[in-house]
Amino acid sequence: MDRARNSVSRKAPVMSQNTTRSAFLAGFRQSLPFNLVVIPFALLFGVLAHETGWGVLQAIGMSLAVIAGASQFAALQLINDNAPFIVVVLTGLAVNLRMAMYSASLVPHLGAAPLWQRALAAYALTDQTYGVSLARFTLHPEMSIRERMAFFFGSVLAICPLWYVFTIVGVVAGQAIPPEFGLDFAAPITFIALFAPMLRSLPHLAAAFVSVVASLALSFLPFNLWMIAAACLAMATGALAETLLERRTS
Amino acid sequence: MSESMIWGVILCLGIGTYLIRFSFLGLIGDRDLPPLANKLLRYVPVAVLPAIVTPLVLSPQATGGDFDPARAIAALAALAFGAWRRSVIGAILAGMITLYLGLWVFG
Repeated sequence: MDRARNSVSRKAPVMSQNTTRSAFLAGFRQSLPFNLVVIPFALLFGVLAHETGWGVLQAIGMSLAVIAGASQFAALQLINDNAPFIVVVLTGLAVNLRMAMYSASLVPHLGAAPLWQRALAAYALTDQTYGVSLARFTLHPEMSIRERMAFFFGSVLAICPLWYVFTIVGVVAGQAIPPEFGLDFAAPITFIALFAPMLRSLPHLAAAFVSVVASLALSFLPFNLWMIAAACLAMATGALAETLLERRTS
Repeated sequence: MSESMIWGVILCLGIGTYLIRFSFLGLIGDRDLPPLANKLLRYVPVAVLPAIVTPLVLSPQATGGDFDPARAIAALAALAFGAWRRSVIGAILAGMITLYLGLWVFG
């Protein structure tokens, strides 16, 4: 269907440009509110980096190279605890392993785009840009590949620059944000907000339930590997529940 | 940790994370996935995010890992509102407003 749409849009470049632009703007607009959470999270990271004795260069270097808050916090915490180099790196990577699943789940939606676009999109694949884009692609399967990429990069432009800017502000200000503000909880709330609207079928509910239970039952696994193990079990549960439901209805 | 070791962490974590993100999207590209993979991948967000969130909700870092009613109720509010209204932003606002109310009541 994509290919068919693309060949049509090539004959009508003006219209295609318009829909691409509006997809980009939609991605940008829908992602802007996430900055309510991204900004305090970036500030917290900057402050923690400052308290660890890092300068602006190191903090912004990490935010540029990694752009993944949870793993940056984990790595910084371990450096503070004098953990060995390899433990710091492996823990950070284990926290980010979930992004391999994000990457795979975007293949049906973005796989047809040129390699350079996919390579660029991979850099900016975060919980927020992924969550917002996947919800949109699932809701609007008629979007062309160009529109999808435009939507994704609109989302990236709304979120990523402020991640960098407020990392720097956090290091420079270096002033701890009082815990009464409860900003530590902005990240969990965002994650809940990203998946709650997707709980729309029995298999989705079953997957989420197993995810919760397994994350607690497997918490003894080292290097935060419980995260990926719980996710795999939950995914299998969702697919199994879907198969069983199909059999019952057919 | 020495300065050069810190840059080593930043570099290794950055490159490793990029390769994780690039993996499937970069290497599979336009090829079709087997039907089973497609089925599994539909559940990625609801499989990954609840697992990350659960320990953060039940034993928040800010309280040193102790259960905190204000944070737990805020998480439930975000979940309920998000599932009911299907709105991401609505869920964030519901969660944060409930959190502040809860911190005010319990704090």
